Amino acid sequence: MKQVTVPVLAALAKVLSGATVRWIGCEPETCQRIYFANHTSHLDALVLWASLPKNIRNLTRPVAAVDYWQSGPVRRYMATVFNVLLIDRKKIKVHNSPIDMMLREIGDVNSLIVFPEGSRNLSGKMGEFKSGLFHLAKKRPDLELMPVYIDNLNRVMPKGEFLPVPLLSCISIGAPIWLESGESKAEFLQRARKSVLKMKDS
Amino acid sequence: MIDATLTNLLAIQNETASSLVDVPGTWTIGLVLLVLISLGALLAAGQTLKRKPESHIDPAILRNFNKRVTSWLTICVMLVIALMLHRSVTIALFGFVSFWALREFITMTPTRRGDHRTLFWVLFGFTPLQYVLVGIDNYDLFTIVIPVYASLFIPARIAFAGDHKRFLERTAKIQFGLLICVYSLSHAAALLNLKLAKWDSAARSWELWESDTYGLLFFFIAMVQVSDILHFLWDRLFGRHVIAPVVNATKTWEGLLGAACCTSLVGMVIQVVLPVTPFTWWGAGFMALIISIMASSGSMTMSAIKRDRGVKEHGTLVMGHAGVLDRIDSICFSAPIFFHLTRFFTDAERHIAQEVIEQSVAAATLGMSCFSFMV
Repeated sequence: MKQVTVPVLAALAKVLSGATVRWIGCEPETCQRIYFANHTSHLDALVLWASLPKNIRNLTRPVAAVDYWQSGPVRRYMATVFNVLLIDRKKIKVHNSPIDMMLREIGDVNSLIVFPEGSRNLSGKMGEFKSGLFHLAKKRPDLELMPVYIDNLNRVMPKGEFLPVPLLSCISIGAPIWLESGESKAEFLQRARKSVLKMKDS
Repeated sequence: MIDATLTNLLAIQNETASSLVDVPGTWTIGLVLLVLISLGALLAAGQTLKRKPESHIDPAILRNFNKRVTSWLTICVMLVIALMLHRSVTIALFGFVSFWALREFITMTPTRRGDHRTLFWVLFGFTPLQYVLVGIDNYDLFTIVIPVYASLFIPARIAFAGDHKRFLERTAKIQFGLLICVYSLSHAAALLNLKLAKWDSAARSWELWESDTYGLLFFFIAMVQVSDILHFLWDRLFGRHVIAPVVNATKTWEGLLGAACCTSLVGMVIQVVLPVTPFTWWGAGFMALIISIMASSGSMTMSAIKRDRGVKEHGTLVMGHAGVLDRIDSICFSAPIFFHLTRFFTDAERHIAQEVIEQSVAAATLGMSCFSFMV
């Protein structure tokens, strides 16, 4: 069943969003990566995931909130199709850190798609990054952190709309960054945020 | 008695119906082959020049030229395939191109949250509706549904969405996009619907032009492309006076006028050698002149829009996309004018006794009603 639904849904997501993918200063690879992107639409995770080449897509899991993806049968089904890694935002504790869970889940095979802004912003400006990305980078320095800028998807399906307007969106993936030695959390998050914004103009 | 009349009527209907058969005539096939061969030759020439680094042609210009020729060839091949399949396929092809062009247009113009539902209805409501109306040949409706109904719907829907910021600007953008990408382009597809008359100089009277309209459509597309190529060549070879340097640094008055005159000549020659239109040779020349001027206006307008949005000279409107709108701007501007002039000068209804028309209309409606179910 999944052999059919996954390509069909991926194709549908690509057609609806008219997404072009640009790899700038990097190539699609199957090595372990964290794709971190700006977050403006419900479709972000699905379209970014669908835009990756098939062999990479199969290894990549979007990270998303359980309260959104477990409400309603359609979303629940979609979450299984896209192999979403669900995080419960309400149950975050020291002994139950989502970072540890993500690292446990990906092992040494999978890649992740994360949205470090946390929730979607409505202003159109990119919000500040939450610290999760820093902890991921610190605990697994071998992971390539890929900045991704998603353009126009918020116009395809803005918050609170259920009818898509199939405009053309553009996904720009940039050269990986890593945590530098001695770099503080704030510095690293600023640099990561800037690397995403840089993709917007390149 | 009644039986006899009925059989007679049916016979006439069959006769007229058979003259409206969806098969391109010999001249049309000739023109199609001519266009495909010359485009192929241009492509070959461009590719050969690309491989010769010693030639003195600017590689950027050459690349632009090759890209244009490739996209024209693609357009022509797709059109030929559609024409061979069915009339409805051709109209659907134009509909799809319109949809894509409008998608590009809206993508490059900033809209606001409040425009979302309007855009949805414009893309999924008015765009298909326009082509269905062209498909069922409802002239009265397809010429007004966008200028009247859509033009009023768009501002009202945006007002209902409750966002008044830059209201007129947003309304105008969506209306303009719909007008250029959908309304104007649909007139090219509507050429297939025309029932035309031809001036018979020997009999000194108008007679029904009993040929396929595919030739007319292909004549139009070919003229636009010829005009584009000639404009390009004239600009490079004889261009001195740039029309508006800030809008487009390459388009010159010499190019505009030279292309118009040469396209007109090409139009005359085509009409004499391959009579695919109901015009006289000088009529075809006049039509080609108008097409060329409108095509140049179209690319100038698109250049102005691109400059306003800060897109580079040879850049595409939408980052990373092939740019359908870039390729069809000249077609969009000339299609409605060519359609209406053709209809004005050679409309069968105006020139020929009513009864002949009624018969062919009856036959055509029979065909259309079948078609409307297929859409």
